Amino acid sequence: MMDNKALFAAVLLGVLLASPVIAEKLSGYAFVKDETRAMQDDDFANPGLLAMEKGAALFNTPFRPGGKTCAECHGEDGEKLDVQRIAGYPIYDPDSREIVSLQSRVNTCRSRIADDILPTNHPDLIALETFVRHRAQGVPVNVNTAGAERQALLTHGEELYKTRYGLIDMSCHVCHTVYAGQYVRGQKISQGQTNGFPTYRLGTGEMASLNLRITQCMDLMRAEPFPPDSEEMKLLEYYLSARSNGLPIETPAVRY
Amino acid sequence: MRIAQTVMLVALLGLITAGTTSAADLSASGLPPIEPYCQWQQTDFMINEPLCGLKGDATRGRAIATDGSRGNCVACHDMPFTDVEGYGTIGPSLAGIGARYPEGYIRLRVVDAKSVNPLSIMPGYYRDPSKIHRPAKMLEGRTFLAAQQVEDVIAFLMTMK
Repeated sequence: MMDNKALFAAVLLGVLLASPVIAEKLSGYAFVKDETRAMQDDDFANPGLLAMEKGAALFNTPFRPGGKTCAECHGEDGEKLDVQRIAGYPIYDPDSREIVSLQSRVNTCRSRIADDILPTNHPDLIALETFVRHRAQGVPVNVNTAGAERQALLTHGEELYKTRYGLIDMSCHVCHTVYAGQYVRGQKISQGQTNGFPTYRLGTGEMASLNLRITQCMDLMRAEPFPPDSEEMKLLEYYLSARSNGLPIETPAVRY
Repeated sequence: MRIAQTVMLVALLGLITAGTTSAADLSASGLPPIEPYCQWQQTDFMINEPLCGLKGDATRGRAIATDGSRGNCVACHDMPFTDVEGYGTIGPSLAGIGARYPEGYIRLRVVDAKSVNPLSIMPGYYRDPSKIHRPAKMLEGRTFLAAQQVEDVIAFLMTMK
């Protein structure tokens, strides 16, 4: 006869096997079509590489005529940047008590040197973000989640992830956790992992940062998107990025 | 040149079949005036009275059900047609639905599926606008579909037997 523990384990296993939720963490790469994967893998076909090249040029262009470039400190190819730190964005900065995205980190540099910041999701800023994040391609996402302050932010982010919005009245959770792997109008729903951002989107024909992609998602839900620099947006970005910890960075990925 | 045109065409088709239209896209087409919301009653998990007492038109309903910017039923449901692309696998197939369920039963599920199953993913197409959380500003005060459109879709679904 089975003892209680074995019975419990057997029942738990049964429940897990019956669950429609995909337990394994999978990159969006696993959900796109074969031809989309092929496009991402081919450096001559991946349209995201254009944004990366634009980013590389901006990296080597003075913020102001005669002024400094990113490359003067970080190397022509950004080779002096620490890829492990790049893989940790967005970070929580305990000093300013703020969540800092890679875009806002680039802006911090720009404001220190030239007092010339770019608005969030400006194509030039996304190009710079793409170039910098690409440096960490293959490095696993590694967002720091340690400590009570970060955990509180992540809990708040998860609440936003599970809240329903808009006339379509869906949460991120419903689609990207419960129904990941199912088809919506011929496209497979991903788990909403963030390791490919900034990403080239076939659906819009443009690059999207994670921030912009969340806006596009909320827009699709016929909801009022959180403004790009709002606290809610930062919390969602932070939670979603931490949720992707361990997945290798693919920037620039190609997605639908 | 021909290749470029083909690429453009494929890209355009991709956008069309992608379906699901956002609030921003809707603004271009212009929105009709906001209609007063008709209250409805559910009895035994059905809404037996047509919304606002309107009569549905199945032909219009089919167009609404398959249009990405309106009903977009095909985003999630399989339908027994060959001329509409891009079905989803989220909801059950709608083939034969008119034979399987009474009209009032279908009406409640189109109007507000979550009143039956709160965990359902299905949007409510005629929910009280005051209860919608964070609607797009330009869509405030609106239902997803107009009452007439809901009745058209129901009339269409009832023809699928």
